[in-house]
Amino acid sequence: MTDHSPAVSVVGVSKIFNDGTPKRVEALVGVDLRVQRGEFVSLIGPSGCGKSTLLRLIANLLEPTTGEIAVNGKTASQSRLDQDYGMAFQQSGLFDWRTVAKNIELPLELKGWDKAKRADRAREMLELVKLPEFADLYPWQLSGGMQQRIAIARALAAHPQLLLMDEPFGALDEMTREYMQGELLRICAETKTTVVFVTHSIPEAVYLSNRVVVMSPRPGRITTVVDVNLTGERTEDTRNADAFFHGITAVREALRGTHADHANAGAVRGVEDR
Amino acid sequence: MTLRRAAYRTMMFVVALAGVAALWEFYKLVGPEDGGKVFGAAILPRANDTAMPHVWSMLSRYGKPELRGSDTQIWQVVLSGAWYSFRLSLVGFALGASIGVGLAIVMARFRIVERGLLPYLVLSQTVPLIALAPLVVAWGGKLEIGPFTWPRWLSASVLGAFLAFFPVSVGTLRGLSSAPTAALELMQSYAATWRQTLVRLRFPAAVPFMVPALKLGATGAVIGVVVAEISTGLKGGIGRLIIEYAREATADPAKVFTAVFGAAALGLAMAGLVAAVDMVLMRNRPKEITA
Repeated sequence: MTDHSPAVSVVGVSKIFNDGTPKRVEALVGVDLRVQRGEFVSLIGPSGCGKSTLLRLIANLLEPTTGEIAVNGKTASQSRLDQDYGMAFQQSGLFDWRTVAKNIELPLELKGWDKAKRADRAREMLELVKLPEFADLYPWQLSGGMQQRIAIARALAAHPQLLLMDEPFGALDEMTREYMQGELLRICAETKTTVVFVTHSIPEAVYLSNRVVVMSPRPGRITTVVDVNLTGERTEDTRNADAFFHGITAVREALRGTHADHANAGAVRGVEDR
Repeated sequence: MTLRRAAYRTMMFVVALAGVAALWEFYKLVGPEDGGKVFGAAILPRANDTAMPHVWSMLSRYGKPELRGSDTQIWQVVLSGAWYSFRLSLVGFALGASIGVGLAIVMARFRIVERGLLPYLVLSQTVPLIALAPLVVAWGGKLEIGPFTWPRWLSASVLGAFLAFFPVSVGTLRGLSSAPTAALELMQSYAATWRQTLVRLRFPAAVPFMVPALKLGATGAVIGVVVAEISTGLKGGIGRLIIEYAREATADPAKVFTAVFGAAALGLAMAGLVAAVDMVLMRNRPKEITA
């Protein structure tokens, strides 16, 4: 694609659930966000700040109440129909009755690819996530980290330019999680994929992202965008670098700010402060 | 692994059967010959040989002629009767399962259909089969579509289907709605059509729910067919044998039990058929959900 439209453009978006009923919830109000191509952007905030809702709006799994959302210069719904993005959730969401390879092939099947082409791509994706020998196993025979890597392979199988991830590593242990973060950065660099990443771990957001979008709850809105300047390739040393700690401090302060009115000194509820 | 489990289950089945036989004989040993009263109510069954024949006399009855002097032994008669009813049950089950799954799909697709239809499905099961049997025979008898004329046996199958469809539709509906939200969102993110989602996600996810429902449906079909045979007087099946042999209960008390066991074996065979399908469908799933 040659046009220079941003990967994601969100303008003046709000989302209200159950409007006109007593259960009315203002999930998002006045949200503006632009994600450039090749960028890695994290959405962070306490539980209920609408970060997952924002991701689902971008994915067109929900319709905004007001405002405009464009993905790769198209409307969000057109992008979904064209399968312009891949998606990964906290639960890997792999189908138990399909082998690992068949799980990766699922989006290709729905796109109507022929069998040989699908098998080739599945093999290629398994190489990418470094699990080529597991093609014929079933998901439940793999560890949680491996399952999540398969889910990423599935999300990227159709070579989308955009990857939407909703706390994909939330259910993994700390060691696996850090390993997966490194793997994700490598994969995204190799495939030049833009990522919008929902998390409630501050270090995870800082380690992975070019920009961290900090959100506040009730009603959900973007309060601060923190630019993280961890340049170049990230290694284990990155986690000890000054820039990393500066980033963490900046995000933490931004999160505290969102809670000043809650008189909740100390930890921000729902956000991992590790 | 699966084979060992199957062997274990078969063994347990035989042990349970032997247990029932032992209990039967034990009651015959200690029970009152002509029944007993507890606080004035006659609730203890009679233990005499007419009401409760010995296990061995029931079993040995299989090897004797059906009627005095006839050439055919009773096991042949019971077997052919069971085979006849089995085929009717199979037709009824196939019919009922198709209708049940079809209804479940429509209900899963349109919530409004579910709300409107489900109460009537529940209601339908409260209609006594005995009352329905003559009606179906009468309606069917008048039916003629081109070269197709309604055979008498089809009424029995239809009544089998009537009992089979209900558990299948309820179980399948439950199963079709069991797909996790994340998986549904995933399919939505692929812009999958409702039909693609049905085939690739909802149906495979429904299998663990459908198998116990189909087992219930299979045995229901047998009950429907046997009761229909009895109440419509259809010849050739196990139901007819039960009613015929029951008339001879005083002279030949063991005889009716041979047919009753035949009917029980029929139900087991149908459920076994579903279990076999289950084993094939679920061979690669993480863990077995037992019915």
